[in-house]
Amino acid sequence: MTEPITVRLTVNGDSREGRCPPRKLLVDFLREDLTLTGTHVGCEHGICGACTVLVNGEAARSCLMLAVQADGAEITTIEGLMKDGILHPLQEAFRQHHGLQCGFCTPGMLMTALDLLAVHPDPSDDEIREGLSAVLCRCTGYHGIVNAVRAAAPILRGAS
Amino acid sequence: MKPPRFEYHAPTTIDEAVALLARYGGEAKVLAGGQSLVPLLNFRLSRPAALIDVNRIAPLAYVREDNGTVTLGAMTRQRTIEFSAVVARRLPLLTEATRWVGHLPIRSRGTIGGSLAHADPSAEYPAVLTALDGAVVAQSPRGRRTLNAGELFETYLTTRLAADELLVEVRLPAMPAGCGYAFEEFARRHGDFAIVGIAAMVVRDGARCTMARLATAGAGPVPMRLRDAEAILERDGLGDTAIQAAAGRAAELVTPDSDVHATAAYRRHLTGVLTARALRRAVERAR
Repeated sequence: MTEPITVRLTVNGDSREGRCPPRKLLVDFLREDLTLTGTHVGCEHGICGACTVLVNGEAARSCLMLAVQADGAEITTIEGLMKDGILHPLQEAFRQHHGLQCGFCTPGMLMTALDLLAVHPDPSDDEIREGLSAVLCRCTGYHGIVNAVRAAAPILRGAS
Repeated sequence: MKPPRFEYHAPTTIDEAVALLARYGGEAKVLAGGQSLVPLLNFRLSRPAALIDVNRIAPLAYVREDNGTVTLGAMTRQRTIEFSAVVARRLPLLTEATRWVGHLPIRSRGTIGGSLAHADPSAEYPAVLTALDGAVVAQSPRGRRTLNAGELFETYLTTRLAADELLVEVRLPAMPAGCGYAFEEFARRHGDFAIVGIAAMVVRDGARCTMARLATAGAGPVPMRLRDAEAILERDGLGDTAIQAAAGRAAELVTPDSDVHATAAYRRHLTGVLTARALRRAVERAR
């Protein structure tokens, strides 16, 4: 079947539903059908990492998943990080440590770093750099990003 | 940069998936983790009439150990393998190789069956399957058959799976207790495709080497067992002279091609360098 399929999923804790053709990528579904434009479309072939979201709690490229594959899944996007008007500790760390310049890669950096810190709650600098190598920053502002993730790690450990 | 139109099927059983493959007679592609296929669709380098998405077939994802063999369902995610205690205990070479597969967000989706069926010569899992003498199980309407690594890989991005065959299981003999192992790889940046990778395993008995395994990634159209290099170690032991001789032989054995990433001569050189490095680390680990 090539005709539109109904997709029901949970995004940032809310039940959402849409209809789209099976060839629609998850990132386009999030942006166009659910108007969640925080997730960015970069290279569209899984290299740049700008479109990284959490799928059932694990970071994944939303340009390499079809929206229909997310039926029944729990998705977390950058819009899901702030709670009650307060930045997530990782967002706050990016702000404090100048972890963003143009901001294009930032949603992917944050979602990738969240997963990285879930897997390595007390990461070495090598682990941070290796983990963040999954996302490309064309401003090359990596030092600030690494500093932000390093600073956020103990705060997130305390929070969990 | 968007996939072309295709018919989409998401079967929930293996039988259903195999029947669909037979129905499309080679015009359908199996969608596993999608980390290689979806880029090809987005670039429109691949235009299958249909996608058969096997992500909803729950019985295709498992890691089991019985009678000295570890079996992994084809849809077992690379991330699951990376953190699997059974794999870490019985197939530590696979655990180590997994960390070289793309990046964590890629491994969240990528699967062992998908990687093997895609047969990218620079990929890590085909080299591990080859080094450990593993096999895959394929199912078609005619039943099931087993293919070992040598039978599975035909050439670049091409396996000997028939159009109506689905790779359903991967079987790897548990590594011998106390063996040493290492996966070495060189790429321009971490997470990029390997220019060359080497999977190594050695079993030592004092100064003697009772078993050596060496296999390549990226050094030819298919992963290659370096049997003549293994024979040097099994004859001369695991000292530095033998390692150097084995590494030199490894570089002679491979048949790399040149491409935009590296010349054939550079790949041959890397094969020797990485074989020596992998063997030294493997020997250090061997008890």
